[in-house]
Amino acid sequence: MKRHLLQIAFAVLAGLSAASAQKAAAPSAGDAEKGRQLYLKIGCWECHGRQAQGGGYTGPRLAPDPTPIEGLIWYVRQPTGDMPPYTAKVVSDQELGDIYAFLRSVPRPPAAKTIPILK
Amino acid sequence: MNPEKPAAPAVDRRNFLKRATSAGTAAFVAAAQQSTADAAPQTSAPAAAVEVLTTDRPGADFMVDAIKSLGFEYIAANPGSSFRGLHESMINYGGNLNPQFITCCHEESAVAMAHGYAKIEGKPMCVFIHATVGLMHASMAIYNAYVDRVPIYMLLGNMMNASTRRPALDFVHSAQDIAAMVREYVKWDDMPMSLESFAESAVRGYRIAMTPPTMPVLLVADINLQEDPVPAGANLRIPKLTLPHPPQGDSGAVQEAAKLLFECEHPVIVVDRSARTQAGLDHLVELAELLQAPVLDQLGRMNFPSRHALNQYDRSRAVLAEADVILGLELLDFWGVVNSFRDQLQRSSTPLVKPEAKLISITVSDLYMKSNYQDLHRFREVDVDIAADAEATVPLLIEAIKRMMTPDRRRAFDARGAKLAATRQQLLEKARDDASYGWDASPISVARLCAEVWDAIQHEDWSFVSYSKYLSRWPQRLWDFTKYHQFIGGSGGVGIGYNAPASVGAALANRKHGRLTVNIQGDGDLMYAPGVLWTSAHHKIPLLSIVHNNRAYHAEVMQAQLMTNRHNRGVDRAQTLTSLTNPNIDFSGLAKSLGVYGEGPITDPKDLGAAIRRAIAVVKRGEPALVDVVSQGR
Ligand code: HEC
Repeated sequence: MKRHLLQIAFAVLAGLSAASAQKAAAPSAGDAEKGRQLYLKIGCWECHGRQAQGGGYTGPRLAPDPTPIEGLIWYVRQPTGDMPPYTAKVVSDQELGDIYAFLRSVPRPPAAKTIPILK
Repeated sequence: MNPEKPAAPAVDRRNFLKRATSAGTAAFVAAAQQSTADAAPQTSAPAAAVEVLTTDRPGADFMVDAIKSLGFEYIAANPGSSFRGLHESMINYGGNLNPQFITCCHEESAVAMAHGYAKIEGKPMCVFIHATVGLMHASMAIYNAYVDRVPIYMLLGNMMNASTRRPALDFVHSAQDIAAMVREYVKWDDMPMSLESFAESAVRGYRIAMTPPTMPVLLVADINLQEDPVPAGANLRIPKLTLPHPPQGDSGAVQEAAKLLFECEHPVIVVDRSARTQAGLDHLVELAELLQAPVLDQLGRMNFPSRHALNQYDRSRAVLAEADVILGLELLDFWGVVNSFRDQLQRSSTPLVKPEAKLISITVSDLYMKSNYQDLHRFREVDVDIAADAEATVPLLIEAIKRMMTPDRRRAFDARGAKLAATRQQLLEKARDDASYGWDASPISVARLCAEVWDAIQHEDWSFVSYSKYLSRWPQRLWDFTKYHQFIGGSGGVGIGYNAPASVGAALANRKHGRLTVNIQGDGDLMYAPGVLWTSAHHKIPLLSIVHNNRAYHAEVMQAQLMTNRHNRGVDRAQTLTSLTNPNIDFSGLAKSLGVYGEGPITDPKDLGAAIRRAIAVVKRGEPALVDVVSQGR
């Protein structure tokens, strides 16, 4: 019984990600400001940092050079490690497109070599 | 009177014994004629039998001698009537010196202070604990110290004889078996019912606490034993304390381990609570250099220099994947080192090492086990299992490997080391590069916070007394840790509320060595029992606290997020219950109200360096100081 339920769950997940992959091809150009707000609202910042700078061991850096949008959507839907999945039920592809636009808008930091106290 | 410098009567064991034999005895007098006659109103009530309580020679004086014989510097305590006899004797007979009282505002703080102190000083602090309620307060901190295998010496009041209890209070503050509530997480407890046996138990308890695996012990000081006079003619003596030598590994097993490490191509050393002293750290460096083997430090103690070429923690996965022999020294969770455990989508675990890799364990933990609390972790499946103290055994391993050494192997080892050294330099550069992202962000990134602290302390004799895992290990990634007192690991039981008091205890130990104690303090942790700030001000304990104020129980924010995601709903609600905002906590104001210098809240990273330096100037004057930094989660 338990196994059966799990199988269904996997099938559903697989279906969702297939649907995402299709749609992911064309989320309209994202809105970076909306994306920033959403990034903070739905918890990405908790593990990846408020500027997506990476949270050390809680989550890797995502900006300023984010994974391409298709990969980002795919990963968010079914992460392979410790990241919790966000299904289409809780965040749409369009919204992830906004988050992607935000990630791209994060300014590049000064090079470490130019920061005196990091030498 | 200056609480730091009380008049100190000279006390020694022999003096006490001389005086004890001439002491008066307890007297039961049928009626105190004089006083009842003087009491004016005539009543028909029968005269009560009274017990004369006044004595010049209470049992507690002898208890104080026993305690003093153990060489404690301090007694951390929150006052409680169940040890009022000991309290008074310690002040008036013991002179409140060696040990000296440290006033704590919570028993949990008292025990956690002793926890931090022991990890710097290498010996226990004494803690007096009030019966029942005080022990209940203390219990979480005792559990932390137990899991962290740290010695703490606790004395607890209690009154067994119900007929001598004061009505109400002494009844609710007494128990038939008072240690029962913490017995599962102390190494040993005892309730001696005579002064003779108190002395024996006092010395025995110290020895048990200090024998690896070191742990807390609890001694019950019965109230009547404290307060009644020393019985006439009592033959009291305090036994000599001799600490046992920790056990070294069996010579055959050590030889086998040495051979495996010597003959393999990719040895790896994983350490957790491996070093107990600077010598333990030095020996570990010697072993790693002899083998030119990478070291993965799990940060249970200051085991290994952070920037050493062989410190390869940031490449753990890669190092483990190619390992053919793994030496685990005092690992809490060997299974967890060689397997990854996934708690997302599907629960699964994956080995991180080759199936043919040989695993060697040296740990003293098996020499003392209890069943209830599950800090034994997953089963350790290894090839050579040595039940011994790692610090004591590493020198044998070094000797055994040296005896095997040949020029060929030496060359091979050196070639291995050269490769590792090159990657270590890259890891440091990568850490600095990683730290630059979010450099100017507000709230301030944890990397920036740690970089600013490092910049301000690096030329001092510093001691960092907080746990780095809540700081994404930034201190270990960016700072240059080389000495044993520079790091003390974590709480053990991960009972929050440990860090603030433990840092004060560690700073107390560091004070006489003139070290700058640095604490990067979680906001949630400080809010458990902030009274410890007052303790640091009252006793002039120099301590720099930088509040990593992410305005949340951040670990729990992430846990709540995991659940909302898993259950597919309300992914924007993880802040409920977990955030510490509205109102924001004013830590600098809190510090000031408790007599501690306070700065902040600092929100602009550009202001941080100067604020830290101003606080350090205060600490160098011998006082605690706190800087509130509004920071990111991790
Ligand atoms: C509870 C922590 C957590 C949260 C919340 C979280 N992540 Fe992650 N994320 C991780 C971790 C950890 C990884 C690294 C891979 C792994 O273990 O799954 C990761 C990896 C990723 C990756 C792939 C790695 C890369 O470099 O591109 C993307 C993309 C990503 N996260 C995006 C997001 C977005 C967008 C959100 C919010 C909608 C989010 N994450 C929320 C923890 C988290």
